[in-house]
Order: sequence, then structure tokens, then C-alpha cells
Amino acid sequence: MPTAFKEALNSGKFVVTSEVAPPKGTNLEKFSHHIEILKDKVDAMNVTDHQSSVMRYPSLGGCLLVKELGGEVILQMTCRDRNRLALQADLLFASSKGIQNVLCLTGDSIILGDHKEAKSVFDLDSSQLLETIRILESGKDLGGNELDGSVAFCAGAIVTPEADPIEPQLIKFEKKIEAGAEFIQTQAVYDLDKFKEFMNYASQFNAKILAGIILLTSAPMARFMNKNIAGVSVPQELIDEMASAPKGQALKKGIEIAGRMIKRIKEENMCDGVHIMAIGKEETVPDIMAEAGLL
Amino acid sequence: MPPMRSGKGDDIEMIRSITQKKSEEEIDRLLNGLGRIFIIGCGTCVTLTRTGGEPEVLEMKGNLSEKGKMITGHTVVPVACDNLTREFLNDFGEQIEQADALLIMTCAFGVQTIAKQLKAMVVPALDTLFIGKETGFGMFDEICTQCGTCIIGETGGICPVTNCHKGLVNGPCGGTNHGKCEIDVAKDCVWTLIYNRLKELDRLDAMKKYQKPRNHQGEPKPGKFKLEAN
Repeated sequence: MPTAFKEALNSGKFVVTSEVAPPKGTNLEKFSHHIEILKDKVDAMNVTDHQSSVMRYPSLGGCLLVKELGGEVILQMTCRDRNRLALQADLLFASSKGIQNVLCLTGDSIILGDHKEAKSVFDLDSSQLLETIRILESGKDLGGNELDGSVAFCAGAIVTPEADPIEPQLIKFEKKIEAGAEFIQTQAVYDLDKFKEFMNYASQFNAKILAGIILLTSAPMARFMNKNIAGVSVPQELIDEMASAPKGQALKKGIEIAGRMIKRIKEENMCDGVHIMAIGKEETVPDIMAEAGLL
Repeated sequence: MPPMRSGKGDDIEMIRSITQKKSEEEIDRLLNGLGRIFIIGCGTCVTLTRTGGEPEVLEMKGNLSEKGKMITGHTVVPVACDNLTREFLNDFGEQIEQADALLIMTCAFGVQTIAKQLKAMVVPALDTLFIGKETGFGMFDEICTQCGTCIIGETGGICPVTNCHKGLVNGPCGGTNHGKCEIDVAKDCVWTLIYNRLKELDRLDAMKKYQKPRNHQGEPKPGKFKLEAN
């Protein structure tokens, strides 16, 4: 049976997903609060997997909580911390618990995180993880052994439409689709005319594309991303617009910009939906959706 | 037969063991309680990288003497990882015997060779970073990690297992930016290099081919190889 998220992707509706980050520790109060706010508004929530290589409550545990609270969930899985045995075992566990949407990621470098001396794994890469999912679905494991009991997933991956240079990125993108990615979340896009160009290319593939929307919270935050986040480019007009917001109103301005962008993406039918990343400000996602005319 | 290249060691482009001096704190800790020290440098790689040649050995001797260590002797062996090192060190028999430890300013190959040859406690003064080549003046790059399952036949002769921070074999990660690695702008994204190379050779099809998960047990550690009898 297809997952509710897969049904949404195939329904032709404008799909909205968002991200929720598990806590550093076992206090699940704020995390649960974010899930409660979002569960009836978005089509699915991504639970991040030690995002930026910062050790946190696990993605799988976070996914179980989303399920318990009645939300549709996407398990984020990076290849940084687990070898192929552990990745397959976690996929078996996820499927057995009804967690059947997976976003396959390579994972950030250990060096960028908060356990800088840890061993990084990268036994598989993101396209190999996608292939692994399809192999498990065929009833076998990566060692070619029969599985007792089946798994089924809706699997996806990411792409950076504004990567520079773009060509190596697109070769990888096509490998991910060939390896079985059914949906693609993009890195944050801000220049929608450029994004349209990317979609002219990407729409030839079967995978559903969800445009990445990162909420701008201030002009310095936008500048920080331009400087430090690969493939993210906030145009100067948007930075100026953020800077023009009256004191204390920057977040409101960021919500307005994000909502406006989503509205345009939907109105111009650029892609199949959006993936909203309101890093640390998940409670604003309904406001962004309202601004976009989606609620 | 082509003429042999001659001249000083540093214009022969051979593979080198690239080392970095351990921190003073770590060396102090390793030598804690050891009063008499014999220092050994090497005339090959560590001379080139200025981590264990004559000047560095003399500097170490000065520093340790100031800290109250008694230096029983010091030398720079020609090639520490060579079996002839034992003979070379024979000349220092007494000075070595008097020492509580040998502080060895060579790569780990040299340290281990000497440890096998002499009945003495060895203390490395350097960390061995990688096996690489000098790619510019004073610049050294890792070339091969000796993984045992070489794939460079499909990557234009450039190794992603060694030169991608994550060892990815199917293309770049999302962290690459302007052809550089997400961990350090001084490091190239090898997948940009591989792309450019294969494009130049009109062989981008090789990069588009899906690479299966690698065999990480091509030669299970510890490596051991025996020539088969004829």
C-alpha cells in the first residue's frame, strides 16, 4: 500500500513538506509541540538525522514519535554514521514500524559537527542507499541473502539546483533517479527564474520535485548562508528587503518572503510542491503556508 | 634504458611519507619520566618536509636539553625505513644503550623499522599524515590510500577514494562549492577534477555509470602479501 505521502505526490496536488529536528537530549516537549502544530497542515514531516553532524535524538526515534502523534513522516537517513549492515537494519526496523518514506542523503562531514574526532563511515553513498532500498524491496539484502518478510518504501533524495559547477551535480542527480528516487527535495532556492531553468531540465524525469524553501530570519543570516552554505545564493534584493524590515520585524518579513515565493511556485506550476525548512523556527511554518495561501 | 635521474633528493619526484610534528605537550607527555634521550632523524622524506632532518633534530636537542633532558646522542640516518638502518645505528651503540628512550623524528615506517631492530623504547616525535607527493613548492598532496580495490580506470586516473573527503564513488556530495571541498576551501573537490578530466577526454559516460558499493575488504587489515611459488 502506498504511503499517504506517496499518494499526495501522485495526486497532482501541490505538496508541502517541512522539517522537524529532534532535540539534543531526551526532552521531547518542544519537538512534540512542533509535530502537533504541523501534522495536520503539511503532507509529511522530515525528521533530520544528526543534521550538520551534530549528535541528537535519533531520526528513527523522532519518526516513531511523529507516527504516535498521528503525522505522516519522512525518515532522513545519512550515510555518514552507519555502514551497510546498520543502514539495512534500520530500514527493516523503519518498514516494520510503518515508517516508509525515506530521504537518502550522503550526510555532512563529521568535521562540521560537534564530534569532530569521530570516525566517518560513508560505506555507501546516497545513490547506493537508494539502490539498497530497491534491493531490499526485492526480498534480498545487499549480500544477496533472502529476507524473511518484505519492506516497501517511498524513497527520495536531494539536489542542489544552484551548485557551481552544476554539471557534476546533475550527473549525480540522474544517478539518484536511476537508482530509484521517486521524489527530490532541492537545496534552498531563492532566485525563482533560475529555478525555472533548472525545472526545464528536471521535469523530463519521473521524480516529483519539491522546491526547498529556507526561512530567512534576518539579513545577516542570509549573508551567512551565502558565505557558508554550498549552493545557496540569496539575491541582494532579498537581503535588502530583509534589512529594510523595522526592528523586531525581520522574522515577519522572512515569513512574508517565503510565503510569496511558495505562492509564485504554485501559481506558475513550477514543480510538484515545496519543502519548507524553518530551521529552529518550525512553529512559523503554518504562518508561511497561510502567507502562501495554502491554509 | 632511460638515464637515471641524479642530483639532490628533493628533485626526484617520488612518493613520500608526509609527516607533521606532534605538539610539544604530547612529546612532553610521552617523554615524562624518561631522562636520557637519543634522537634520530632521517635523511629522506622528513628532511624534505622539514620535520626530521638535521636542523629539526638539532632544534629538538636544544629544546629537550633546556627542559632538563640529557641527550645521550643524536643522528640523522640516511633512510630510516631501510634495513641498513640497524648497521648505521651500530656506530651509536653506547649512546643508544644509555638512553631511556629513542625519540624518533621519522615517519611511522622509520619508527617501526627501528623498533624492530633495537631493543629500546621508541617514541615518535611526528604524526604520519599520508603517503603523497610534492605538488608545488612546500605543498604535499595525498595520492593513494592503498585501498586494495582500484577504481581509477573509470575516473580518468584521479582517485576519489583518496581525494574525496567522503570517499564517494558516484559523484560529488551537496557540500561542494566552486570546485572546492566542504571541509576546506584549500582542498579541491575531486569530483570537479574528475568531471573536467573526463570531459576533456570525451569520456563523461564513465562518470555517469553507477558504481556499486565498494568492497572495503579488498585486502583485509593487516595487509599481507605473499608471492606465489612458480
